[in-house]
Amino acid sequence: MSADTLVDFDEALTRYEPALGLEVHVELNTATKMFCGCPATFGGEPNTQVCPTCLGLPGAMPAVNGKAVEAAIRIGLALNCDIAEWCRFARKNYFYPDMPKNFQTSQYDEPIAFDGHMDVDVDGETFRVEIERAHMEEDTGKSTHVGGATGRIHGADHSLVDYNRAGIPLIEIVTRPILGAGDKAPAVARAYVQQLRDLILALGVSEARMDQGNLRADVNLSLAPAGSGTLGTRSETKNVNSFRSIERAVRFEVSRHAAVLDGGGTVVQETRHFHEDTGITTSGREKSDAEDYRYFPEPDLVPVAPSREWVEELRATLPENPTAKRARLQGEWGFTDLEMRDTVGAGAFGLVEATIAEGAAPQAARKWWVAELARRAKDAGVELAEVGVTPAQVAATQALVDAGTINDKLARQVFDGLLAGEGTPEEVVAARGLAIVSDDGALGAAVDKAIEANPDVAQKIRDGKHAAAGALIGAVMKEMRGQADAGRVRELVLERLA
Amino acid sequence: MSAATTDWTRRTAAELADALAAGEVTSVELTQAHLDRIAAVDGDASSGVHAFLHVDAEGALAQARASDERRAAGAPLHALDGVPIAVKDVLATTGLPTTCGSRILEGWVPPYDASVVARLKAAGLPILGKTNMDEFAMGSSTEHSAYGPTRNPWDLTRIPGGSGGGSAAAVAAYEAPLAIGTDTGGSIRQPGAVTGTVGVKPTYGAVSRYGLVALANSLDQVGPVTRTVLDSALLQDLIGGHDPRDSTSIPQELPSLVDAARQGATGDLTGLKVGVVKELSGDGWQPGVKARFDETVALLVDAGAEVVEVSCPNIVHAIAAYYLVLPAECSSNLAKFDAMRYGRRVLPEGVDAPSAEEVMRASRDAGFGDEVKRRIIIGTYALSSGYYDAYYGQAQKIRTLIARDFDAAFEQVDVLVSPTAPTTAFKLGEKLDDPLAMYAGDLATIPANLAGIPGISVPAGLADEDGLPVGFQVLAPAMADDRVYRVGAAVEALLARTWGGALLAQAPELEEVAR
Repeated sequence: MSADTLVDFDEALTRYEPALGLEVHVELNTATKMFCGCPATFGGEPNTQVCPTCLGLPGAMPAVNGKAVEAAIRIGLALNCDIAEWCRFARKNYFYPDMPKNFQTSQYDEPIAFDGHMDVDVDGETFRVEIERAHMEEDTGKSTHVGGATGRIHGADHSLVDYNRAGIPLIEIVTRPILGAGDKAPAVARAYVQQLRDLILALGVSEARMDQGNLRADVNLSLAPAGSGTLGTRSETKNVNSFRSIERAVRFEVSRHAAVLDGGGTVVQETRHFHEDTGITTSGREKSDAEDYRYFPEPDLVPVAPSREWVEELRATLPENPTAKRARLQGEWGFTDLEMRDTVGAGAFGLVEATIAEGAAPQAARKWWVAELARRAKDAGVELAEVGVTPAQVAATQALVDAGTINDKLARQVFDGLLAGEGTPEEVVAARGLAIVSDDGALGAAVDKAIEANPDVAQKIRDGKHAAAGALIGAVMKEMRGQADAGRVRELVLERLA
Repeated sequence: MSAATTDWTRRTAAELADALAAGEVTSVELTQAHLDRIAAVDGDASSGVHAFLHVDAEGALAQARASDERRAAGAPLHALDGVPIAVKDVLATTGLPTTCGSRILEGWVPPYDASVVARLKAAGLPILGKTNMDEFAMGSSTEHSAYGPTRNPWDLTRIPGGSGGGSAAAVAAYEAPLAIGTDTGGSIRQPGAVTGTVGVKPTYGAVSRYGLVALANSLDQVGPVTRTVLDSALLQDLIGGHDPRDSTSIPQELPSLVDAARQGATGDLTGLKVGVVKELSGDGWQPGVKARFDETVALLVDAGAEVVEVSCPNIVHAIAAYYLVLPAECSSNLAKFDAMRYGRRVLPEGVDAPSAEEVMRASRDAGFGDEVKRRIIIGTYALSSGYYDAYYGQAQKIRTLIARDFDAAFEQVDVLVSPTAPTTAFKLGEKLDDPLAMYAGDLATIPANLAGIPGISVPAGLADEDGLPVGFQVLAPAMADDRVYRVGAAVEALLARTWGGALLAQAPELEEVAR
């Protein structure tokens, strides 16, 4: 499919109804793997975090990680799912070079959590995304293909397999077909994964970093003629790894499917790859429902039967729903929708919340994080939370502004000092001599000097043009290197020139 | 068995334990005695018993020396510390090859010990070596070993049973006082029956399967192979118990099996209710097998037991269900044998730069034997989409029905009894071309595996027509392993009075193998 045969997205949606489906894999942050005691940490030397079980050696057996089950139940509960009273693991038999047993231990017709939903907000409109299931499984190992130009297996002269990732617990969250989103389908897909990520982070069960593959989304899309009430043939775009890419992948697939259908063709059921650089998808492997995984219950594992008491205990540990919490705090803080969106978009939501908790006014907290500190983080190429200033320090700096000790301009110098490790905001102010001067003696001398240097301006003020005072105030500020109490300077100017 | 014999290989494990404790012998001496016996009679694929695939003389003697040192130092010891043992080649052993009787694992030395092996080592039992078996435990005759068959010590032209023929033959040939076997459909009990040894299949989950290369995970169970019921009890008490690495292992402790065996050895069975399973003692059984069985039942009655006939009607479907569940599970288990990370790799002929798939195909073709291939194909088919419900699903339902039959039977009686195998040992090669005839040999043992219940086979005498050993099987409800030991020990004691000693004493002397 070449790009020039695509149908315009908006035009496509005048004739077709999209059905979205999202499968999100979440890598849990348990200390150990799903079925053995190996560490589940990211990034060790290849094949150092392995044992007979996760290497699939003959005779080795799995045993379920209770912490992973706990995380799965909490995710299920947070997604308003029912939690199975009894469920099993199954073997999904297929060959994959990274999979040492040549079957994956997963859940098939008995997922731990099922029949849930999540309400997704898009431009003030709420879509209910129905969750079909959330099930537990293990990750595969990781192959590196060496010697080729592309890093793909084709053209490589050898491949290396790292089994450190093999057996890390995954939760796969599968939606039912999302219908009725129309031209908002790309935004709904993006917002769903964003909200899901927020939820996962709030639960603390995963680092949920898409760039590290902690959270991986497969995007299913099909089109059906508008009003037909049927579902078309779907494509499955694998491992889309940013929010923006999810949106773009949906848009591209809508345009591509529409072109195929308009031309009287049939959409092929297949997996596709999304290309970040060009924003297009290309065909992966053809996949039909007839693919035979020969599932059967894993005979080496006893069924998982979480007691109702335990489930209720876990329900009591759930954090406030991030979406609801955001709405509540927006009201409490008095932020406009735009301010809220900017705050979240800058990754500053939690930092602003913490800064407010430390005593800063909401607008002040927002201002520092979203403008000043976000800029510094961007310049330094780090996450906002890693910029080097804590919410408590921001609140303490703002307290100095509120007390009149410093102004906003001086506060920026305080941040310089904080980043340079010069101590607390008070210590930085003291060490750098940043405190505002409001002593009439020192200010008076500077005012007199300014009047003397600007006789024309002084005359205008004497003539009653008080607005001209700004020029003299500016001169005083310059003289005092910004550390003058601007209000008092104005009073002194007007007093002297009355 | 006379304790006066100076041939340490003729003693039971319990007697050896006593002799070690009394300072009459060292572990090195009796380990060496068994190694000498192996060297004398085991031979190889072309002659001798061929019970062992790998003999670890050096390792066993090192373990024996360590045991003697512990004893000399007065350290607290397990009762069997210093008593040597043989292990079926299906259990992972650090530093010792584990081939499962297959070419595809030729040369594979596991980097870890099976939990059972770890327990043996921790208790101080020197491991003599690894015993022969049908490839991946598929078979009832040990003729499906890729390394050549094991021969029955009673008659070297006959099969020693399977798949654990190596373990049973090693014990019967006095090459080892104790052996570990695994029983998926009778692979401990049926070889026990045809070699005149004692074999126990414990309750499913009573012994850890961690490190047992699975044939069919939901059926496999590790168990003892010995010459007396007491020895089996000593061994199961040692290897049994919960293992967190095997999630199917039972968390509860079983009652002491040694106590049960000692109690049974008094021969008093007053008040015991015994059920004869109608479906496991009818037509088609070798007359000599049937005769010994009937006589043994009569002995039980004399000892105070009440005997009734019970019916387990679904047992007639056991073989069919077994031969669906087993291949299904093994087809999945064997997928990992792809010649990529361990075992034997075979490159396809006439291909310059073979793909991974081509290497796997060539390796599997050369590495797996016919019986293994047959079961992989059956299992893959039985699990495939559209056939699952008709085959695997139905087989699982039959399992449930058989378990219910047993539950109902055990409401009427304490134990169930039957002959262990329908025939005595047949000739090597006799049934190789008839897999269905081979499968029928496990008719009486398979139901216990499907239901997860414990069973024992004890020698019940020799069949009149061929003078070969016959086995008597006792089954009990899950977790009631103590009952099979109590009744097994009683049968052993009662029959010893009849024969004036152990049955194995009547086996012909083995000639030394030319070396």
